[in-house]
Amino acid sequence: MDLENQKRVKEFADEYGAENVVVIVGAAEGEAAGLAAETVTAGDPTFAGPLTGVQLGLTTYHVCEPELKEEFDEAVYDEQVGMMEMVLDVDDIVSEMSSIRNEYCKYL
Amino acid sequence: MAILKDKKVVIIGDRDGVPGPAIAECVKTAGGDVVFSSTECFV
Amino acid sequence: MNSVIKGASYVLAHTPQMVVYNGTTQTTERVVNPESEYLKELESHLRSYEDCVNYWPNQVYIGNAHPDDLTQVEFPYFDKAKEGAERYGKYGEIMPEAEFLLLVQACDMFEVAKLEKGFVSTYKEAFAADPIITEDIVARVEEGIESAEIEALVNEEHAEGLYLDGKLVGCVKRAHDIDVNLSAHVMHENLMSKASSVLALLYAVRNAEIDKNDIEYVIDCAEEACGDMNQRGGGNFAKAAAEVAGLMNATGSDSRGFCAGPSHALIEAAALVKSGAYKCVAVTAGGCTAKLGMNGKDHVKKGLPILEDCLAGFCVIICENDGVNPEINLDILGRHTVGTGSAPQNVIGSLVADPLERAGMKITDIDKFSPEMQNPDITKPAGAGDVPLANYKMIAALAVKRGELEKKDLATFAEKHGLTGWAPTQGHIPSGVPYIGFAREDILAGKQKNAMIIGKGSLFLGRMTNLFDGVSFVIQANTGAEDNSGVSEEEVKGLIAKAMKDFAASLMAE
Repeated sequence: MDLENQKRVKEFADEYGAENVVVIVGAAEGEAAGLAAETVTAGDPTFAGPLTGVQLGLTTYHVCEPELKEEFDEAVYDEQVGMMEMVLDVDDIVSEMSSIRNEYCKYL
Repeated sequence: MAILKDKKVVIIGDRDGVPGPAIAECVKTAGGDVVFSSTECFV
Repeated sequence: MNSVIKGASYVLAHTPQMVVYNGTTQTTERVVNPESEYLKELESHLRSYEDCVNYWPNQVYIGNAHPDDLTQVEFPYFDKAKEGAERYGKYGEIMPEAEFLLLVQACDMFEVAKLEKGFVSTYKEAFAADPIITEDIVARVEEGIESAEIEALVNEEHAEGLYLDGKLVGCVKRAHDIDVNLSAHVMHENLMSKASSVLALLYAVRNAEIDKNDIEYVIDCAEEACGDMNQRGGGNFAKAAAEVAGLMNATGSDSRGFCAGPSHALIEAAALVKSGAYKCVAVTAGGCTAKLGMNGKDHVKKGLPILEDCLAGFCVIICENDGVNPEINLDILGRHTVGTGSAPQNVIGSLVADPLERAGMKITDIDKFSPEMQNPDITKPAGAGDVPLANYKMIAALAVKRGELEKKDLATFAEKHGLTGWAPTQGHIPSGVPYIGFAREDILAGKQKNAMIIGKGSLFLGRMTNLFDGVSFVIQANTGAEDNSGVSEEEVKGLIAKAMKDFAASLMAE
């Protein structure tokens, strides 16, 4: 994850409390989504950014995951994300995201 | 319990996946408070 | 009358040392994590020049193979050498790092690029032997300076080192003591962009079979900015490169739009020529040092070579309609507007479906789409997916939604209307334009009748707007033959009929 974005995530977790922050990613592939999720839960796996060694354990989802879709207005989701969802390998994304969540999320 | 309602939401979109502003539009409809929206670019 | 695509060039400079010293992934890592495993492993993952030349996507880029040939190669590509691969191709070449450094020095007008004496004498002959490099460019190569002097400039004067096989062989000095816009880093970045643009211009003139003096205007559409502290980004890369390339009749200017820059510039060039403002315009861009090794961490982690080890350049020559070459049809322009939004379907809709609908065409009326042609060998291991394929799936989904494509044809759409990506991830370079050379030839050969070029850009990277951007245009077989006959028979008949009707109406009124 971009270093500046890592810095901002850390600041928001400090400001609002980690239990109140949710991180939503829009990555194109399961692996990239998983890496972003790992960064905001277990720390930056690339050891490059401000989240290196920082275990925030934030709640994190990919925008195409069913749990989130349930909460969105269907028409808005369809208009904003619907077609991209058809292109993405959602199963792969869901499996990557849920395995990271199950292991590292502290506030589920 | 709702995941997004009244939560502070940080968005990390992807230029070649779903961009930040598109995610933000969805989050608003679920009652989440978008505090930061960014889009990453790998190309 | 629409303007035509007279020719195109595509060039690469193999610059593995700049991956190490100038790519931002590496320079950032050196700041935040100087002892990292990645930096230790990096050099053992750099490709040799031969491996870079033998790499299938690079051979496609310089025109030694068609994208359709690449489709037949089993993925991934990095572990398969193309048989009969060559340095030179019909669109350009893959220049080795040493010779490219000589070209860079020759492109420097302010004595900031300095090379070591022994290095110059070792490689000057090879540089001069490159058929595209003119005598006056060779004459600009200086004798060089002592290595001790170069070391002092790098160690004491903040100069950016120039390396070959890990050895310091030159440097780019700062052009001002306190102005960061003229720092050694910025001068280095800009000179590399300029030199690769010069190489592209030289090949484009050759490929279009025109005289250098025919070019009246040059548009540079790279992503760098040159200027000093009072006008950062003032320009003008276009004219600077035209000077070295010897385009004595040309002026020019820079046009910017992130990755979408080339598509914007090509539409501007086509309009300038169609309007009659200029008869012949070159759209050119050099490469980007910052992006070298951008996804290197993922490549090294997965045991791949560093695949982003080339600076790339391209140039397209747009001329008045010659009745032969394919045209840029300015009646079918797609544009992502301020109001379009960033939802992927709106983006593709604005760039693909909307302009075609305005022209009374369907998505399936376009033979080939060239969106962003990033090489998936580079992007897939980095988690960015197969970008061209994702674009094709979106276009196909849109076509189904509009009832222009049957759902059962979704899976074969990419194969029929798409291409396999081959372009290096140099930002603006992959964005639509890598296909223009092939499109021109395929249309001339009657293999297809048209192609749509789509450029997209991430404006949010500039932190000025969150908006996305993009423009598209259609290249089609020449219709000039009809246009050249002036007013057609049908038009004359129509005019006569209208005059008769008007006359009859006036009689009736009386």
